[in-house]
Amino acid sequence: MKSTKSKSAMKTLQKSPTGIRGLDESTDGGLPTGRPTLICGGAGCGKTLLAMEFLVRGAAEYGEPGVFMAFEETTEELTENVASLGFDLKKLVASKKLLLDYVYVDRSEFEETGEYDLEGLFIRLGYAIDSIKAKRVVLDTIEGLFASLPNHAIVRAELRRLFRWLKEKGVTVIMTGERGEGTLTRYGLEEYVSDCVISLDHRVVDQVTTRRIRVVKYRGTTHGTNEYPFLIEKDGISIWPITSVQLEHKATGERIPTGIERLDTMLGGKGFYRGSSILLSGTAGTGKTSVAATFAEVACRRGERCLYFSFEESPSQITRNMGTIGLDLQQWLKAGLLQFQTVRPFHYGLEMHLARTIKAITEFAPSVVIIDPISGLDTSGTNLEVKAAMMRLMDFLKQKGITAMLTDLKMGGSALERTDAAISSLVDTWMVLRDLESNGERNRGLHVIKSRGMGHSNQVREFILSNGGIQLTDVYIGPSGMLTGSARVSQEARERAEHVSLNEEAERQQLALECKRAALEGQIAALRAEFSAEEATVTRIVSQDKLREASVALDKAAMGRSRQHDIVKSNGSRVRRNGVEGVRS
Amino acid sequence: MKTPAKPSKAKSPDPKPMEWDLRLYVAGPTPKSVTAFRNLEQLCEEHLAGHYHISVIDLMKHPQLAQGDQILAVPTVVRNLPSPIRKVIGNLSNTERVLVGLDLRPRDADPFAPRKGEINV
Repeated sequence: MKSTKSKSAMKTLQKSPTGIRGLDESTDGGLPTGRPTLICGGAGCGKTLLAMEFLVRGAAEYGEPGVFMAFEETTEELTENVASLGFDLKKLVASKKLLLDYVYVDRSEFEETGEYDLEGLFIRLGYAIDSIKAKRVVLDTIEGLFASLPNHAIVRAELRRLFRWLKEKGVTVIMTGERGEGTLTRYGLEEYVSDCVISLDHRVVDQVTTRRIRVVKYRGTTHGTNEYPFLIEKDGISIWPITSVQLEHKATGERIPTGIERLDTMLGGKGFYRGSSILLSGTAGTGKTSVAATFAEVACRRGERCLYFSFEESPSQITRNMGTIGLDLQQWLKAGLLQFQTVRPFHYGLEMHLARTIKAITEFAPSVVIIDPISGLDTSGTNLEVKAAMMRLMDFLKQKGITAMLTDLKMGGSALERTDAAISSLVDTWMVLRDLESNGERNRGLHVIKSRGMGHSNQVREFILSNGGIQLTDVYIGPSGMLTGSARVSQEARERAEHVSLNEEAERQQLALECKRAALEGQIAALRAEFSAEEATVTRIVSQDKLREASVALDKAAMGRSRQHDIVKSNGSRVRRNGVEGVRS
Repeated sequence: MKTPAKPSKAKSPDPKPMEWDLRLYVAGPTPKSVTAFRNLEQLCEEHLAGHYHISVIDLMKHPQLAQGDQILAVPTVVRNLPSPIRKVIGNLSNTERVLVGLDLRPRDADPFAPRKGEINV
């Protein structure tokens, strides 16, 4: 019997899923079925909640009823406390899926004399387990027995017997234990539990607390060994093992517009790559949020979901402010395409921010994420930590194929082309918004420092915020350098005036030329007329000459005839005839 | 072990004339339970003759009763009446402590008074 049991245990260690997001992943399936698990940690780190969630999820989702034996809180208190996490204990108790038993031991109420054992507890627990056919049991915190029963030798012996007995019953047990000085638990409960030990921690670093969970040991299975931050929120506990992110994401060739036409043309004519990460650096008031909001708005317009993390402004403030540059974000909020997540950076530690961010992204499943500004997180950790966290966040976003726009606030006087979080090497596209100060005014300029995988413009564009949104215009580049703002406008006006006067001059010259041409053509006509008159005269003279010659010949012939002149013998007749005939014709 | 009740309405600081209702919780007829019952009966006869009532509750037979009186250890004697409820756990071998535990003998009237052998500084 025993050997077959151990054989089956060797094959696979059966596990009971906790239903807690992240915990089942890091323990590779849950807690060991039929064995006790110790959850230890200091006060207020969430031991009771974790244990309760194990029971509630077991009862509600896995059809395994559970017994909660509380040594510290009454059943009413427990019910109230976990109601804020959305657990309806009353309903579960009524449907016999959960049994709460409050064990009350007050040292001042009893006297101890002679031998005893804790059979009463066994009977009580056994009765509770049998009455609802429980598969899961929580003992919270059984260490209370040590405080109330002075004879620790008896308590220890009985606890050892209890865990043996629980194993025989085949129930999966969680017991909680308070952290002791240098030990996992105050009374050394870990010596009774050798299968699975989970440690919870609630640490304060720089006045910021972060809850962390770690699987200290888990016999017979692989498990994540790192400390993971976890959240206790209105839907219970969630753990985010986020250190295992790898560089394996696929790159797509799809492009998405930025919402600013000229910016699209600057970025190879089509905008950003989908799934890329975009960094937008700039000093205060250079319009980072406006660019980000425009990008968010155009994403919503395409029907995509956008998640906007704001560390500095409230949602209504952003909505109002963006209204002044013609962006109606309210409609997308209503339509559910846009969601704001606003929290002060120093509210949580870096890990917790990361965990919350990833949780929000997982739940909302956006295609565009905006973090405004990412430099807000600088205060939450050291430079190295921030960079590591950013890298993980960006890897996560890339794996999901989410396009991320991160804004980065530069302090006045700091180098623009340097990021505090040293993330510039992580991003695909890096744009800088800068103040251009000249002639007593500040203007905004935008240029693209880098954009991986596309030909991008090397020009500085002037960046103008107007009622109609963002516009980019060419800056004036001429002999007097780069001009923006009113200097550019006046320079342009001057150029226009010069241009006009040049045009007028040309027209005048053209007119003069026309006149000249007309005059010339008149002269040509006169000359031609003169010539043709001359020609006519010459022709007439020639023909008169011919006539005269002919008449002279006729006269000569007639004179000859009248004189009876002799005819030349050879061809004489023909000549005469010819002569007469020629004249006649 | 059942003694006819002799209701005494007189409110006296002396608990003896009052009716005592004691419950002994055991888990089966173990040597510990037997010793405890024998010790309890003997003690009651000595101090509460005629004014007490002991009921023995076997949790093996009635496990549901363990919750009501908050029983963990067995054997446990619960003084149900007179109130307040008091408990003594163990086989009741130390008569002195049982008497204190059941309030048959008052504890030190003044907890700050020097005890025997202590030097009051």
